[in-house]
Amino acid sequence: MALEKLDPVTGRKTTGHEWNGIEELDTPVPRVVLFFLAIFTLFSIVYWILMPAWPTWTSYTKGLLGNDQREILAEQLKTAAADRSVWMDKVAKASFAEIAANPALMRDVREAGRTLFGDNCAVCHGVKGTGGPGFPDLAAKAWLWGGDPAAIAETISVGINSNDPKSRMSQMPAFGKTAMLDSAKIRSVVAYVRSLSNQPLSPQDKALVEAGQKVFASDCASCHGDNGMGKQDLGAPNLTDATWIYGGDERAITNSINNGRQGQMPHWSGRLSPTEIKILALYVGTLGEKAE
Amino acid sequence: MISGLTVSERQSALIILTVMAFVGLAMAIAGRADLLGFHGGIVLLISTALIFAVIGHYYDPEPPKERLAEYYDDPTRVGIVLAMIWAVVGMAVGVWVAALLAWPDMTWDVGWLSFGRLRPVHTSGVIFGFGGNALIATSFHVLQRTSRARLPDQISPWFVLIGYNLFCVVAATGYLMGLTQSKEYAEPEWYADLWLVIVWVVYFLIYLRTLQRRQEPHIYVANWYYMAFILVVAVLHIVNNLAVPVSLGHAKSYSLFSGVQDAMVQWWYGHNAVAFFLTAGFLGMMYYYLPKRAGRPIFSYRLSIISFWGITFMYMWAGSHHLHYTALPQWVQTLGMTFSIILLVPSWASAGNALATLNGAWHKVRDDATLRFMMVAAVFYGLATFEGSFMAIRAVNSLSHYTDWTIGHVHGGALGWVAMITFGSFYALVPWMWKQERMYSSKLVEVHFWLALSGTIIYVFAMWNSGIIQGLMWRTYNENGTLSYSFIDSLVAMHPYYIARAFGGLLFLAGAVVCAYNIWMTIRLARAQDTVDNSKADIPVPQPAVALQAGE
Repeated sequence: MALEKLDPVTGRKTTGHEWNGIEELDTPVPRVVLFFLAIFTLFSIVYWILMPAWPTWTSYTKGLLGNDQREILAEQLKTAAADRSVWMDKVAKASFAEIAANPALMRDVREAGRTLFGDNCAVCHGVKGTGGPGFPDLAAKAWLWGGDPAAIAETISVGINSNDPKSRMSQMPAFGKTAMLDSAKIRSVVAYVRSLSNQPLSPQDKALVEAGQKVFASDCASCHGDNGMGKQDLGAPNLTDATWIYGGDERAITNSINNGRQGQMPHWSGRLSPTEIKILALYVGTLGEKAE
Repeated sequence: MISGLTVSERQSALIILTVMAFVGLAMAIAGRADLLGFHGGIVLLISTALIFAVIGHYYDPEPPKERLAEYYDDPTRVGIVLAMIWAVVGMAVGVWVAALLAWPDMTWDVGWLSFGRLRPVHTSGVIFGFGGNALIATSFHVLQRTSRARLPDQISPWFVLIGYNLFCVVAATGYLMGLTQSKEYAEPEWYADLWLVIVWVVYFLIYLRTLQRRQEPHIYVANWYYMAFILVVAVLHIVNNLAVPVSLGHAKSYSLFSGVQDAMVQWWYGHNAVAFFLTAGFLGMMYYYLPKRAGRPIFSYRLSIISFWGITFMYMWAGSHHLHYTALPQWVQTLGMTFSIILLVPSWASAGNALATLNGAWHKVRDDATLRFMMVAAVFYGLATFEGSFMAIRAVNSLSHYTDWTIGHVHGGALGWVAMITFGSFYALVPWMWKQERMYSSKLVEVHFWLALSGTIIYVFAMWNSGIIQGLMWRTYNENGTLSYSFIDSLVAMHPYYIARAFGGLLFLAGAVVCAYNIWMTIRLARAQDTVDNSKADIPVPQPAVALQAGE
């Protein structure tokens, strides 16, 4: 063991020990360390006296301030609900027409609706409600089940093909898979359906349209209507417009007819309050409008 | 390496490996209908491969008696190489999962490519694979040098090193198959946990047995930290992983704790894993390699003492600050917060002790990237511990919790402190271990330093920005009392920061690859040319005759 010696740089003594060349200086603990240790400890003691802090045998020290995070949270939730009730109560009581006629109330509905839509609907329908393959475009106003606020509110509330007992139900059969239509008939009806939305057709397809119309009349018109405009009470889409849920080209339509369709939307009653559903219904109605 | 073992040690190795092979076989049979069987197969395969390796050298001549007059550094050398392999793998997976957050479609519907499975491969890969191997390798080196005594035998260090890496392999492959007990940083299932307990106890015994044989009157401070690391990690690991398996043939188990007790035990474990794995262990590293490289005495012995006891005592209470504003009783949160605040004092005292040790050596910090790694590590240690205490304050936590700020904080510590002190220590240690005057390329060390520093800074700033924006967006209300932003709005806002974070991580990974290459070339250099003979200066004090017996 080496003896204590002086470090030439600092002028301090070493502790006199050495481990494989490493030595330690005998520097006292700097005052500032002790100072902050005292300050922080003091702060903690004061905090313990004021706040819930130490366990006792069956309970804990409650603290002089009587601070309780559960009570505070309950209080904050109550205040927040009261703040919102100023306008939300009006939304709850008023009819859709009355709300739509009230610009101040509609501003609140748009604001709250945007966040509600983002947190609950955007995962499928997209942040701007424009949908995607398999998920309807809500901004296109091509409604499956009706586009007035009451109909939208009902759709949100009970869902489509959901497990809610009052769910909207709709199914397109798999005409190809179940051999209800053979492939020639499917080819012709695809050509006819494409002609409904004025898609450019090849000469071969044009020749099929007439036959396709007959197939359509016997197998499709019961849901999609004689003119292909769809039926909103059955959730059958309009085939004459440019909006397609599963795609409108030859391949996509053939696929839909072959394999059928049964889209699903969950029911939101129970998860969202009736007022929130009302707000969303109004908000969805505003989708696709130009930003103000 | 096997020929360095005595014949009786080779026999013990064969016995241990045979037992392991049978355990693997039993797992494979009992768990044949379960993923446990796959892990049994891995254990069986690795054990059998090692059995053949030992048999291949079984009839090699015995190592000379003179070996006992030298330090036993083979496990340290292998540990360094393993640590660097894990570093590159773990960090590469980290960059990948960072990219996944920016471009989430990159999973291609493949289960094992999903974020949830890859993320623990990253965390365990860098913390346990890289960090753990680095701690084991350096602790064996520091322990012997500061005790002036050789490791007590030649089998147990290998058992610890290989056993530990077997644990890491089982853990990582399990994550990819979806095996997890869903406890963060304690994901491996019951059989891996049991195995780690055995390995860890042997590790601790190596420490005690070597210290018992030390030829120095005092135990150097680095060893206190290494010992605290080993001892406390054992306690944490055992308590948090108490669980009942579905059956001995199933990988799945159920924790002994539930509800808020489970959360509390988990974060008592989680925060002390940070404290004793990522802090105490690496402080041990710092307390040896920094003064050694700087050629300066430790600034203050007394400061080391109060910091050590401050850190070990205070950290134990701090875990509940992870559960602010939850179902955890408020008084537990209060204690977690206050002790986290006091904890700042010993933490900064340690960082200050390291930086003040550099007084008189600052010109070396300027010129020597190796020492600069250690200096920057001490600075980041100070930054991260300040930030940690700050974030433990309830009001701050209400903003920072569940946001990327936490991720930024962790990486400030993990990249800035843990990885940098390890790289600095490795650059000091590798030339000693392979008997070279210096690393293969000092320029590459310099390149690595700047890659690591810029990567860390980009990463941490990206996550600070991202986290604070996230926290603010989640708590911004419209005048009418509804939330201003949906969650998806905050995700859109995060996107550019996620790209920046992936880029910062990529720089850091590039640095680690440069380091691995540099170490590899240094090893090749050592094999190709004559080594520098520093063996005269670097030997233990001869033990009394009794202790010299082989097999001790």
